[in-house]
Amino acid sequence: MGFPDRIERTVEVAHPPAEVWAALTTADGLASWFGNEATIDLRPGGSARMRWTDGPTAEMRVERVEEPTVFGFTWQIYGLPEDDPRRTYVEFTLEPTGAGTRLRVVESGFAQLPEDAFRKAYDGNTDGWASELGELVAYLDAA
Amino acid sequence: MRPDAEAIAEQVFTALADPTRRDILAALASGGPATATDLAGRLPITRQAIAKHLGLLAEAGLVTAAPGERRRVRYRLRSAPMQVAQQFLAALARDWDTALDALADHLDRSVRAAGG
Repeated sequence: MGFPDRIERTVEVAHPPAEVWAALTTADGLASWFGNEATIDLRPGGSARMRWTDGPTAEMRVERVEEPTVFGFTWQIYGLPEDDPRRTYVEFTLEPTGAGTRLRVVESGFAQLPEDAFRKAYDGNTDGWASELGELVAYLDAA
Repeated sequence: MRPDAEAIAEQVFTALADPTRRDILAALASGGPATATDLAGRLPITRQAIAKHLGLLAEAGLVTAAPGERRRVRYRLRSAPMQVAQQFLAALARDWDTALDALADHLDRSVRAAGG
């Protein structure tokens, strides 16, 4: 099948890196083109959050801040359960060109799987595989 | 990419490629564990055909059979392989093209708004 582990795009924009940097790393910027609402604590380890008016939210963790050339964060893999620990890493690289900026975005880590995900996925017909509901029932019964 | 991840995802996609198996998985997802007889009552397919598909789904790890007498065996959905397949779909669903177009539009608009 050959599904990608990483997604990579490069675009040329006719604006200097400082403007692109502001669009990528400020709450106002992110809320203008990416989400509908955004908050960001711009430092490695800081949290950022985006919300879309149609419901979804994205929780990000800022990883790299090297103004105005590298901005990196991790976020959850879309479609996986909220408590799933897997995250992809997104890195924007800004390079000045004559008239503007060459912006590269790389998102990597789609193929990562923790061992327990494999164990669960392969662990076919095991007896006593307790579902969340089964555990809840057992808990309520015990109470 | 680990080849075993691909193998798991392939089993999920193969299972989902068949309309009868999609119906069975959807019935188990919405209604919870069920026997082949229960499913035959709900779906326009014979019990024999359902049993055959359930066997295939169990082999692929997509459903699991609770111990019980023959004909009383209850099948339940197993979500783990779905989550592996979802991860592959996530790479396809991540729409950077649209996001980057929106970024370029935003930058153009800001400059115009600033009188540029």
